[in-house]
Amino acid sequence: MDWSWVSTYFPELVSGLILTLELLLLSVFFGILLAVPIGLVQVTGPWYLAMPARAFCTVIRGTPLLIQVWLLYYGLGSLFPSIPWIRHSFMWPVLREGFFYAVLAFTLSFAGYEGEVVRGALTGVPRGEIEAGRAFGMTPFQVVRRVWLPRAIRMVLPTLAGETVLQLKSTPLAATITVMDLFGVANMIRQETYRIYEPLLLVASIYILLTVIITRLFRIVETQIPQRR
Amino acid sequence: MQSGQTIFDLLALSPPGWGGNLLRGAIHTMEIAIFAYIVGLALGLAGALAKLSENRVLFWISETYTTIVRAVPELLLILLLYYAGTTVLNNILASYGIAAVSLSGLVAGIGVLGFVQGAYSTEVLRAAILAVPVGQIEAARAFGMNPFKRWHRIIIPAMLPYAIPGLANLWLILTKDTALLAVVGYSELALETRQAAGATKAYFTFYVAAGALYLALTLLSNQVFRRLERHLRRGMPRHH
Repeated sequence: MDWSWVSTYFPELVSGLILTLELLLLSVFFGILLAVPIGLVQVTGPWYLAMPARAFCTVIRGTPLLIQVWLLYYGLGSLFPSIPWIRHSFMWPVLREGFFYAVLAFTLSFAGYEGEVVRGALTGVPRGEIEAGRAFGMTPFQVVRRVWLPRAIRMVLPTLAGETVLQLKSTPLAATITVMDLFGVANMIRQETYRIYEPLLLVASIYILLTVIITRLFRIVETQIPQRR
Repeated sequence: MQSGQTIFDLLALSPPGWGGNLLRGAIHTMEIAIFAYIVGLALGLAGALAKLSENRVLFWISETYTTIVRAVPELLLILLLYYAGTTVLNNILASYGIAAVSLSGLVAGIGVLGFVQGAYSTEVLRAAILAVPVGQIEAARAFGMNPFKRWHRIIIPAMLPYAIPGLANLWLILTKDTALLAVVGYSELALETRQAAGATKAYFTFYVAAGALYLALTLLSNQVFRRLERHLRRGMPRHH
């Protein structure tokens, strides 16, 4: 085992770590924003919204994330340059990078999995509470906003820790579309130094450390949220 | 998009169509998934027994195994085990004076995915075994059944209804994880698709086709597991 390369590649490792965290935070944030409406319309929405949402969850959860990442990167990535107004828009520098497609794919994936959880939580809210809201004269919208959704979100929160860890473990897939995240940096080091295992072992231990940190953070957050039963 | 080539030409089963390659890839994916699942179940049962045993050493080996495997990204594990696994195996063989072997992609893939799967199966099976009412096991003992009979007749049939939902989930995760083997160059569905898409530049067509094949596999598996669960739960009290 030879670890002398660590100091040489320290800056790259740090930037890889930052990129991994960016991928994780962006996709979890936007994923949650998308997951709530996706779950909501499946339970409360009209059929023409519920059906596509249901199909979206099934497709996302039924196909490998790697295929989704490649479909977006190679598919959209080969389509965009042929459309002039996209090519010349201010978004082009972003749309050219693998990073954008990785965030997009991870966001959709997170929304698909978490949308299913939100759906389950919404159906798990006791009927009596929803009826009580109605009995108080709340409009259907008020029932959702004041009773149904807040109760469901409280049920979803404990699953977030696990989902976030799973999401962290999916981020290395970004390296297959040229994103230099932690795993991408490890592969680069392997190619440049001909060390096969050490870079992978180092990065693996960083992922383990991140998992521990995420789990701890969520435990702290969960104790802050009042639980009324 | 492509000049003159329709989707049907691209996906035709015989060359120059790429449909045959995709189907061959899908069959490889199935092979790997099935065998890796069996390896995973065997490792999972061993791991669960180790976790439930009185032996502290066995407990800690199993605990370390599941903790590490579940905290490291699958892609990284697959890469590590794919390269390291062969070296370690050959070192062990060499220490017994046996000549080095070169593992085929299929065997290495099954081994690696099975090893990862085993860690998750351990947790599912451990929980399922713990869910079997103690009274039933004591009754088996009181009837004079030996440990083998107790497992065969009581514990395994009684724990399966609890284990099936988790095991079904693991199967679905596994069929999708096989795609990761594309990164180490094993030509299952994902890699065949990538090659077809790269050669024809018809990225959407091929990735959507591959997605449809994976989705079909998932939906089919859902049906099979639903039937299996209904069969295994036939002796259980009905809820609701």
